[in-house]
Amino acid sequence: MSAEILARIQFAVTAGFHFIFPPMSIGLGLLLVIMEGLYLKTKDPLYHKMTRFWVLVFALTFAVGVATGIPMEFQFGTNWSRYSRYVGDIFGSALAAEGVFAFFLESGFLAILVFGWNKVSPKMHFFSTCMVFMGSIFSAVWILVANSWQQTPAGFRLEQTATGEVARITDFWAMVFNPSTVDRFTHTVLASFLTGAFFAISVAAYYMLKKQHLDFARRSLKIALSVALVASVAQILVGHASTQHLVKNQPEKFATIEGHYDSTKPVDLTILGSYNPQTNETTGIKIPNMGSVLIDGNPDTKVQGLDSFAKEDLPPVAPVFQSFRIMVGIGTFLLLLSLVGTISVFRGTLENKPTLLKVMIVSAVLPHIANLLGWMVAEVGRQPWSVYRLLRTSESTSKVVSAGQIAGSLTMFIFLYILLGFLFFYLLDKRIKAGPDADYDEPEPLESQKLKLFGAKVNTPESTEAKS
Amino acid sequence: MINYPFDLATAWFILIGVLLTGYAILDGFDLGAGALHLFAKKDHHRRVILNAIGPVWDGNEVWLLVGGGALFAAFPPVYATAFSGFYTAFMLVLMGIIFRAVAIEFRSKEESTKWRGFWDKAFSISSIILPVLMGVALGNVIIGVPLDVEGEYAGTFWTLLSRPFPIIVGVTTLAMFMLHGAIYLALKTSGELRDQVRGWLKGTMIFYFVSYAVLTGAMFLWAPQMVAKLQAMPILFILPVLNVLALANVPRELHHGRDFLAFLSSCFSIVANLALVGIGMFPNLLPSFPNPEYSLTTLNSASSIPSLTVMMTIAIIGVPFVLAYTAAIYWVFRGKVDETHLHY
Repeated sequence: MSAEILARIQFAVTAGFHFIFPPMSIGLGLLLVIMEGLYLKTKDPLYHKMTRFWVLVFALTFAVGVATGIPMEFQFGTNWSRYSRYVGDIFGSALAAEGVFAFFLESGFLAILVFGWNKVSPKMHFFSTCMVFMGSIFSAVWILVANSWQQTPAGFRLEQTATGEVARITDFWAMVFNPSTVDRFTHTVLASFLTGAFFAISVAAYYMLKKQHLDFARRSLKIALSVALVASVAQILVGHASTQHLVKNQPEKFATIEGHYDSTKPVDLTILGSYNPQTNETTGIKIPNMGSVLIDGNPDTKVQGLDSFAKEDLPPVAPVFQSFRIMVGIGTFLLLLSLVGTISVFRGTLENKPTLLKVMIVSAVLPHIANLLGWMVAEVGRQPWSVYRLLRTSESTSKVVSAGQIAGSLTMFIFLYILLGFLFFYLLDKRIKAGPDADYDEPEPLESQKLKLFGAKVNTPESTEAKS
Repeated sequence: MINYPFDLATAWFILIGVLLTGYAILDGFDLGAGALHLFAKKDHHRRVILNAIGPVWDGNEVWLLVGGGALFAAFPPVYATAFSGFYTAFMLVLMGIIFRAVAIEFRSKEESTKWRGFWDKAFSISSIILPVLMGVALGNVIIGVPLDVEGEYAGTFWTLLSRPFPIIVGVTTLAMFMLHGAIYLALKTSGELRDQVRGWLKGTMIFYFVSYAVLTGAMFLWAPQMVAKLQAMPILFILPVLNVLALANVPRELHHGRDFLAFLSSCFSIVANLALVGIGMFPNLLPSFPNPEYSLTTLNSASSIPSLTVMMTIAIIGVPFVLAYTAAIYWVFRGKVDETHLHY
């Protein structure tokens, strides 16, 4: 295999594996903010217990997210050095902002979130939870700014240097708010909320099915299902809008998603089916002209089809076409599941519906599949470019890195990530089976904690001396 | 070619230096503590060592990430050439970082001696390999690596390991971090473990003094451009002198029970060392050897002025917050640790 293909496989493996964790952290982070906020408001210790439990799960997810995130930042330089030279002037400021505004915030306050229960006041702890959540959102903002710039570059000029052409920033805000940033950020963050919510739903449904920790399960389900319902409705609207915007921003990608070849014909909507590259036709369950209706309400709208582009400028159709359909299918299913679930849990009937609970337990995996496929639509759909219409993927690789070196590192990554994945699930399973009561200490009444200042409690000189 | 007197590119050269120095000071102590980890034989002592770094090691690594990000942003060709050129070395560093993180997180989640023994070794060995690799990389950067006319690396992985100077820098980095880590542990532990740490302090101090002396000799032999810089600006000799004074101050402060001042002295010594490296290298970021005309410098590798300006604005807004809450978090977790209170 060529170095380029191996580098792409390595990026897909490392990014794909990494992308399991940050959406979970973002989604669970939102749930933590809600639960701990409710604890401070209602002073109900059950919310305290819930926050404690989900913090532990969050910490595990976060740790693996950080460990797998580090290779992502370095991989641009190691495997995509020509790309790095080309985009550094632009991409760099987004990454720098991510580092300064997000990474420090998340990892710093995470310490208090996990280890600081007895060291800071409840309000300070809640503040830390909010900061960790905000950090994870900032992180998503900046990484999606950079990624969106690759899809729809804006606010730059090209310059010829001694070592080749590079993009230079001309307008920071035009770069940040390039045409696809807002769509892709909202879409990804909503997907993350769904990922976290369905993970919590799955765990709580498991307890409910086993008739364990019922109060905990009921209340966790109420919160998580409500989040899931709101997020899944919003997601369908945002997803729809971002596909509409593709028509203008990345017509090749739109034509690929719809398997739409003939530019002189309106777009059909294929619900399930396939694209035949010989005949250039899509077959399957189709609604004629519905694609055009979805673009602007007019059944006769014509847009650029695959025939308007040179073959070497088009992505492979099949993976993008199918990934998109499965993603949309999952999104729709999650919407229905959260609707049924929310109604049942608030009416108190969910406990008597073992089948629904079992579906919920399994559904934790669905947002992950949708995330992965959505990312495939975005990134494979951008091919053959690494920066849309500016820099080809084949011209982005590192010149001095051989196929053998990449094969070696890829093998190591696969080995390490299998180990990491195994450990993650093992420990997660252990934590879930131990349940929210394990290692749990009741909080002191909130009133008596009020006098405690930031950090004033545990390390009094007496307690240190007593221990030594 | 861009050319302006005290310019943004110079400011970014300094800022990246500050980030990497911050990294060395902060992750340095947790890597050093990790390198010493296996010397603690009792399970609950090992737990204390992990508790001592538990809340902060993750945040410490962020300094490296941000330093790398800043290099990418401010000097893209340097980032591109170094990371692709030192491919195998960087992959080993990445594996080490991941493996170490996994070991810290998972070590105490099972009771079994075998499980803990395995992760203790993984943690300690990766904590030893990482400083050595980073030091070797730094040593290569100091004396220069083969670059071609396009600014691409023209050597192999073995080029990086085949010269004595980088190896000496690697060993010295490990020694420096081990001493730094031992002082940190002295600051954070009590009782029996604290007595044991006192022994490690002696050992690591001797290790560091010996390797520092060897490195100084090696510099005269293999890094003539650094020596030339020192001779041209004799005021710079103050840095190694201050370094030695700061180091000599460490045992004094420890003797008087002022562990925190000993830790600050060690921080100061790291700053002095890296400042010397930075001044010695400027304006080179990645010198080319043997063809110095292909070197990547602040003059030929910087991002555009608008880009550097935007990033500087981001840094000016963000960094004061980062410093303030990092300090606050260290304050929250100040004081001695025991084996229980970070149980989670």
